[in-house]
Formats: sequence, C-alpha cells, structure tokens
Amino acid sequence: MTTLFFIEHANGKVSDQSLKAISATRDLGEEVHGMIAGTAIDSVVEEASKISGVSKIIHIENDEYNNILAEKLTSAIINISDNYNYFCAAATTTGKNVMPRVAAKLDVSQISEIIGVESNDTFIRTIYAGNAIATVQSSDAKKVLTIRPTAYKVADTSDTGCEVEKINPENIPNISEYISEELTKSDRPELTSAKIIISGGRGMQNGENFELLDKVAAKLGAAVGASRAAVDAGFVPNDYQVGQTGKVVAPELYIAVGISGAIQHLAGMKDSKVIVAINKDEEAPIFDIADYGLVADLFQVLPELEGAI
Amino acid sequence: MKILVPIKRVIDPYVSIRVKSDNTGVETDNVKMSMNPFCEIAVEEAIRLKEAGKAEEIVIVSVGNQSCQETIRTALAMGADRGIHVLIDQTVEPLSIAKILSKIIDEEKPGLVISGKQAIDGDNNQTGQMLAALTDMPQGTFASKIEIDGDKIQVTREIDGGLQTVKLNMPAIITTDLRLNEPRYASLPNIMKAKKKPIDQKTPDDYGIDITPRLKTLKVIEPPKRQAGIKVENISELVEKLKNEAGVI
Repeated sequence: MTTLFFIEHANGKVSDQSLKAISATRDLGEEVHGMIAGTAIDSVVEEASKISGVSKIIHIENDEYNNILAEKLTSAIINISDNYNYFCAAATTTGKNVMPRVAAKLDVSQISEIIGVESNDTFIRTIYAGNAIATVQSSDAKKVLTIRPTAYKVADTSDTGCEVEKINPENIPNISEYISEELTKSDRPELTSAKIIISGGRGMQNGENFELLDKVAAKLGAAVGASRAAVDAGFVPNDYQVGQTGKVVAPELYIAVGISGAIQHLAGMKDSKVIVAINKDEEAPIFDIADYGLVADLFQVLPELEGAI
Repeated sequence: MKILVPIKRVIDPYVSIRVKSDNTGVETDNVKMSMNPFCEIAVEEAIRLKEAGKAEEIVIVSVGNQSCQETIRTALAMGADRGIHVLIDQTVEPLSIAKILSKIIDEEKPGLVISGKQAIDGDNNQTGQMLAALTDMPQGTFASKIEIDGDKIQVTREIDGGLQTVKLNMPAIITTDLRLNEPRYASLPNIMKAKKKPIDQKTPDDYGIDITPRLKTLKVIEPPKRQAGIKVENISELVEKLKNEAGVI
C-alpha cells in the first residue's frame, strides 16, 4: 500500500513545513505519493516531484483548489482514498483543518501532531501542552496523521523528478466559499521556519516597544514572536504567538525578552537549540530552561544588544 | 435559531500536570477541573449571538463522567438555556464524540454549532472538523470573528501567517480561537438561576453509537527536562557566548 502526503505551497515554493513533515513518512515504510493542489504552479509541482522519497505527485489542477478549503480538499482525497493506507499532512493550520475531516469520512481516529514514528502503527505525540509525551497505537486499517514539522529536518529536493499525475476532481462540494486572505506583511522570516527568533512578553509593556525587538531582529535576520500574554494584552497580532495555543517553534536560537515562562509558552519553544532569557525578575521560570540568562531591564539592554551584533 | 455548543471538562489550565508513576497517563485524582478554555469562548460567542437577537436557544452538550454536569452548569450560569449530558466513564476519542454529537444534531437541528478548536488535555484539535464531516456541514475552524449574513455565515479564521475569511452555508460548524471574544464570569444570581435549568442525561447507547477506542495509549512519560544554563552579567558577555560558545550568531 501507499502513503498519501498533502504538500502545501506558497509564493511559488513548496512550504518548508511540508518539506519537514514529509520526512516522517519514510519511517512508515511505504511508497509515498505527494498531493499538491492549484493551477499555474508548474515550478512548485516540479520542485515537489524532486522531493527525496516521493515516487509520484498527484496534482489537483483546478481553480477551485487555489485556496484550500477543507470541504473541497477532503472530497478530492476521499475520491482516491482506496489507493492509500496512510494519509498525512504537516500539522499547520491547513493540515489541522483538513485531516480530521478526512479521518471522519474514512471512519478512523486521527493521530494529531506526531513527533515520532515508533512502528507502522505506533506513534509518539505530546499531550497537555507538551507536559507529557504519549505513545499511541492505532488499530485502524487506514491511518490519518498530522506531523509536527519541528520534529523533522527539511527533506532533500534534488532527486530526479518523479511521475506527475494530474487529476480534476468531480462533484466538488459547494457549501463553502473562499473570500479573502490577509497575511501579515513582514520583511522578516516566518516564525515557523526562522533560524533565530526573538520574542517579547508582557514585560514589553505595549505594542510600540516591540520596535526594540524588530531592530534586533533586523540585525540577526530573525523572526519576531510573542507570548500569549503579549497577544492577550493586544500588543501584537495572534500570528506572533509562540506557545501551545499558537505556533510551536524550534529555531537554532530563541531569545525570550520580558517573558516569564508560563507552561503554555514553554510548550511552544522549549525544543529550541539555544535559549536566551532576558528578564528583570530573576525568579522567572524562563531562567530554569534558558542556556543563557540575563537578569536586566529589557529597555536598557535591548538597544545594547542591537549595538553589539 | 438554535445554537449547539459542545464543551469539555479538562484539568484546569493553571494546574501543573503530573505524569502517573506507572506511566499509564496523567494524574487526575484530586486535581482541579475546569471548562476547557476554548469551550468557554464558544459558550460566550453563542450567548453574544443570542443577546444580539440572532439566536433563540443555546443547548450545551458534554460527553464524559458524572462531574461533567458541573461544567454544563457553569455554561448554563453564563447564559445558556439547557444541557445534554452524555454519560461515559471511560476515555472517549474525538471520533466517537463527533458521532454522538452528529446524532444530537439530527434530533436538535441547530442552525449553528460552536465548539472549541481543541481541548487542552489531549490537544487533538479534531472533534469540530470530524463533526462537520459526519454531518456534511461546512466548517469554520480557528475562528477569530463570525458574522451571520442571512443563511450564510462569514468566518475570519486564524491561519499560519495571518487571517483567512470564508463564507459558509448554514447550518455550519464553527471552532473558536483565542481572539474571538473574552468569556464572561457568571454572576451569582445567574449561578442560582442555572440550578433550575434542565440537563438531560443520556448514554451512548441512546444514540446507538459504538465508542470502542481505535487508539491504545501504550505509555505516557514526562518530557526530557531541560537543564538551566548559566547567568551572564551583561550584553557583551551574552553576545560573546552566543558567538563563540554556542556558535548560533
């Protein structure tokens, strides 16, 4: 049997999240087919066809799939589901939106956001905001998985291209309609793919002060994130949020500024390679997991940091 | 219009989680329980729609052990009208919950279902989407804004990198994200009033649903502990360490 992996793309490239998550599929021990959707995406399809370990690309070439709606994509996947026994996607907002719908249509229990494959029916995932790690065995014949991208390395895309099959789904459901997208504009890398992240918490005091982080980020080529407390306080939009209820990240370097280190924030960043904490409260729990801690007033040291790098 | 709001009782979000020493799960005895935070947001949104004259009745559903009635009472005290409690003592998977809810939808015929995007215990983020699949309804997941427009609902969704707006035929399933609203606290008079509101008790058998789990949890362990590192005195020491010791900048 075969694994079907849904590949996301944006701005003419295969998404990094998908390239990471697809690395998990080789541990399933089956042939892997990638599914990709949209029109006028020849270069993306070509890139996808060169992903290491992928033996076929299914390209849904239809305008209705230029923006992914769960109702329509689920229907396209179910149409060809007889050919597959694993259905996988990255645990992005798209994967999380679509895959449970696929699982219920197939009458199987999904295993969400796995961080490891122990065997072809046993998977590792975090529960309780990363405060516990569960090993889960599935008895379903078909298995639906979402894969946490930060648990895997980006797959190689230098294979010779594999076969591409174009499909055009019939009976596309017409119960939902795409209206618009408003993506946060930034010159910075995306949080989930950045090598360096600098995040601010409630200690930043207001949204304007995030400029101090922006300046350091500009010098480091870093992304800017925030704790849920900073989002709740209205300092920055929700897509900045790092944590269990926001994004889970694992950069090379994570700099937490004015963040106390609530459980829910730690769940989103504790797998970072190196963690730096800057906080004026030396008792802050963030220092318990930081490799380098600096007890200081952030308003004094952020400009110094900007100057020193 | 009737709104159905499925809610879940979970370990209170501010309680530290302890993994059981036999690695079978997480300690729940004598631990404070609360309504899942995303479910509170769902209840609040339903109440706001009722207050705005867009809905007449709010029905709360919870699937779980006897104590779930307390959680349903909390939602009734916030302003919901009545409850349905489906009594199950064992662990129940999102797929089974979605199946039970789909039967309740057949009976209740709500115009809208609002649920939390995920429960903070299992972190599955599945039930709403599965319910939408089983009822063939459209889904507006991770909602930060909803607007009813005739027989359609416009939903602004939190997606990676920003916001997406979709328009769905009703009835539809909505799952809530954090910024949809800030849930209210129940007032004392409303807590008293909620005691008189009806809660129907049911079992999975009443709906003819087989709740046999498909997944088996083999073990639950604590995550590896990260060791605290060192304190640096100032920025120049920090930058020096990051450059020469960690080699990350």
